[in-house]
Amino acid sequence: MLEIRDLVVSYGAVRALHGVSLRVERGEIVTLIGCNGAGKSTTLRAVSGMVRPASGTIEFEGRSIARMKPHEIVRLGMAHCPEGRGIFANMTVEENLRLGAFTRDDAEGIAADHERALTLFPRLRERLRQSAGTLSGGEQQMLAIGRAILTRPRLLLLDEPSLGLAPQVVRTIFQIIREINAAGTTILLVEQNAHMALKVAHRAYVLEVGKIEMEGPAADLAASDEVRKAYLGVA
Amino acid sequence: MSHETPPTPGLVSSLVRGYMPFVVAVGVAIVMQVVVRPNVDPYPAKLLLDIGINCILAVSLTMVNGFTGQFSMGHAGFMAVGGYASGAITYYTSMRVWGAGEARGGVLSGMLGGEGLPWLTVGDGLFLFSLIVGGVVAAGLGYLVGLPSLRLKGDYLAIVTLGFGEIVRVVIQQTSPVLTSAEEVRQATILQLPTHVGGSLGFSGIPYYTGLFWVYLGVCVTLIVAFRLKTSTFGRAFLSIRNDEIAAEAMGVNTTRYKVWAFVIAAFFAGIAGGLFSHTLGVGLSPEAAGFLRSFDVIIMVVLGGLGSISGAVAAAIIVTLLPEWLRGVAEYRMIIYALALILIMIFRPKGLFGVREVWDRATWAWLSRRKSGTGARGGARE
Ligand SMILES: Nc1ncnc2c1ncn2[C@@H]1O[C@H](COP(=O)(O)OP(=O)(O)O)[C@@H](O)[C@H]1O
Ligand SMILES: [Mg+2]
Repeated sequence: MLEIRDLVVSYGAVRALHGVSLRVERGEIVTLIGCNGAGKSTTLRAVSGMVRPASGTIEFEGRSIARMKPHEIVRLGMAHCPEGRGIFANMTVEENLRLGAFTRDDAEGIAADHERALTLFPRLRERLRQSAGTLSGGEQQMLAIGRAILTRPRLLLLDEPSLGLAPQVVRTIFQIIREINAAGTTILLVEQNAHMALKVAHRAYVLEVGKIEMEGPAADLAASDEVRKAYLGVA
Repeated sequence: MSHETPPTPGLVSSLVRGYMPFVVAVGVAIVMQVVVRPNVDPYPAKLLLDIGINCILAVSLTMVNGFTGQFSMGHAGFMAVGGYASGAITYYTSMRVWGAGEARGGVLSGMLGGEGLPWLTVGDGLFLFSLIVGGVVAAGLGYLVGLPSLRLKGDYLAIVTLGFGEIVRVVIQQTSPVLTSAEEVRQATILQLPTHVGGSLGFSGIPYYTGLFWVYLGVCVTLIVAFRLKTSTFGRAFLSIRNDEIAAEAMGVNTTRYKVWAFVIAAFFAGIAGGLFSHTLGVGLSPEAAGFLRSFDVIIMVVLGGLGSISGAVAAAIIVTLLPEWLRGVAEYRMIIYALALILIMIFRPKGLFGVREVWDRATWAWLSRRKSGTGARGGARE
């Protein structure tokens, strides 16, 4: 579904990715783990068109998207929940969700997905008229994911959904990520919280300073000595 | 799997849908001209006219600086372009066709009122046509200026538009004197005429068509478009750009396209305001009309109004128009007073008079919160 080859991205003189290759098959949850600054967010930004790669190819469902703009890529069926969530703080929860459906004009489908998002995140239903900026961190993350669902993505990119959240909330969010995937959405999940990410994912990649260092089934990586030492804090 | 791109609904078609508000607009404009104008003295009537023109300018700039959060500093440039374009059209067409540049309007035009005249004349048709052309020319320039600068992030637009206003001013200064005899006008070619708009001496002789009817028609149409823009799907797109441009893109909003649209629509109405201004009795249209000071006036109105509130921009346009009248004796210190007013606003009302909300939103909100604190004593006490 998604195939990245030899992706190189620079911010001015700083090279953030030195040739990253990875693939995501339809129906999978694939996680990309790595330390702070490894280039995980940059990889997602390149895929969703927010930064332009210096070289390399990105194919989504067989079509090259490396030179497309974010607003074009959304229309192809890919949604990106950016790090820091990117909710519209001055708007209500409802208005945020409606912007998720910005590219669509199938009223029934929108209503169905709206309902689905609120069923996944009942907390949002209670706060539809509340200004999004006044939500708690966990609720904002729920809103960001709910809003992304309203774009009706076939591939969902999640950038550190656990960032800054209490363990209980993190568990809830990961449970919902699993449900979204079970309902047919492919997921590429970026995480520093390797422990949780390796639990929900089918396959995993380990990114270190702009390069993929390891890849394989998530369970195998979780059992490997290197990953246990470096990312799971096991001596 | 299909890759069909869902169509983005037409921006313009959603602005002109439903004609009832436009009928009301014409009604309001007729009342202003036929009922209000004859019953007030010339001086307050002129103030009403200035307020109307400033409303058009402030509300149109609100679409850019308020809705999309871009910062344009060249609104007067678009106004001047519209003013000169429409002025050249009415003046030189009148000279060619009738041999004289005076207005030949009916009851609905001008500030003097006319006994026994028809309601509308060919002259009024010419004026309306010139206003629209002025708006279109301004909008076209808006597109040329906006497209490259709105692609870039940050303050480029402010710098480019500031430069644009100055360029307009300097270019107009270089033009040749106005042709004042019918003979000269007939001999000149169509392409020569636009270069004879008076240079730094100003463009005198433009017929006085502008009256309360035309101005308030313009105000109403601007308000209708602004409200429709704000309350449509596009409105949400505009405000999302202002909130978080990257997230807006991630939702599928073509941010460049929407910013350019807002900018072009705003330039169009600035051009209309310019045409209304240049056809006003007692106004000398000069290159200074494009200058930074005039743009700054409009920015003040928009910021004072709350950067996004339409009703706030209207209120601010009224205040800023009347303020110099109240402070007659200190008119030279206008800029200092503005600066002080701005600083005070930043301190006491950092979001302007109304923020992005409208007057009535705020009223409802205050009313609701009063009721709430009445029932929930604890919530009220904590506040
Ligand atoms: N906007 C930016 N400008 C310059 N450098 C950046 C920018 N964003 C990220 N970087 C750099 O790129 C590298 C990768 O960053 P990032 O992709 O955010 O890592 P991660 O998400 O894995 O923490 C880091 O060295 C970071 O400093
Ligand atoms: Mg990151």
